[in-house]
Amino acid sequence: MNFKKRSLILWIPLAAYLVFLALASLGLNRDQQTVVQSRMIGKPVPPLDLPAAASSRPTLSTKEMADGKPRLLNIFASWCVPCIAEAPVLMQLAQQGVPIDGVAIRDARADVDNFLTRHGNPYQRIGLDERSALQFYMGSSGVPETFVVDGKGVIRYQHIGVIGPQDVEMILEKLREAQS
Amino acid sequence: MRRLVILLLLATTPDPALAQTALPPAPYANRQLEDPALEAKATALMHTIRCLTCQSQSIADSDASMAADLRSIIRERIAAGEDPEAIRAWLIERYGDWISYKPTADPILWPLWAAPVLLLGAGGALAYGRMRRRKGGQA
Repeated sequence: MNFKKRSLILWIPLAAYLVFLALASLGLNRDQQTVVQSRMIGKPVPPLDLPAAASSRPTLSTKEMADGKPRLLNIFASWCVPCIAEAPVLMQLAQQGVPIDGVAIRDARADVDNFLTRHGNPYQRIGLDERSALQFYMGSSGVPETFVVDGKGVIRYQHIGVIGPQDVEMILEKLREAQS
Repeated sequence: MRRLVILLLLATTPDPALAQTALPPAPYANRQLEDPALEAKATALMHTIRCLTCQSQSIADSDASMAADLRSIIRERIAAGEDPEAIRAWLIERYGDWISYKPTADPILWPLWAAPVLLLGAGGALAYGRMRRRKGGQA
């Protein structure tokens, strides 16, 4: 091995170290929060019987969701601030005839009643999920989240976060897709 | 005006701080199982399950309410005799590999598993070459 080639080889560890440093600093500066999509799309809604979360609405048994018509399953909570922003949009969807079922996460009936009085009640049925059980069954990672469930009770779409006014058309389209 | 300020404060506070509830934690969220062997199994699993709210923490380390609920579910299922790996598989089925800190045998991870063998091999070859050269020089 001649001298020149040898001294080049000596630089390799340093170069490898610099590459490692560059990757590490890139990784450190990247936004760490990833959106975790549910893997349950295309699978049936897990059968769960939830007690009533509100005084004015019946209980929610997810088995009854397979009634031939696509519907929304909205995960919300009275303690969830973004849910307040979502409430008027859900009201608008309900007024357009979209059936919406709700699940209140880690909530109490008095708080849910209060939330619905203040921000409107777009729900047909509201189940109470005191221990996030439905979220784990559905692969849901936060509040609010909304699932499109088709007439056979199969999960067709998951919307993570608030449904804003700009999302209404898209949600209606997902519901139409779920019709077929 | 005051209302606006409060709203602005609420809007700029990070979500996880608000995403907590007034409800008491689930029964086994912060309480150990009575059987130490089962508790050890549960704890080992909890340290390798990623928290959905605080994504750089395991559910064993996180104070998020969703992590607390999942700890309780894991303890209850293990107390009921379920295998920890079955619970892991149940979670992966719902959230993907992302939820687990334990590397799988997925093809994309093969280089990771192969790295120690390759490095050891390369090191061995290097040492062998050097020693032979030195011996040759001495002779």
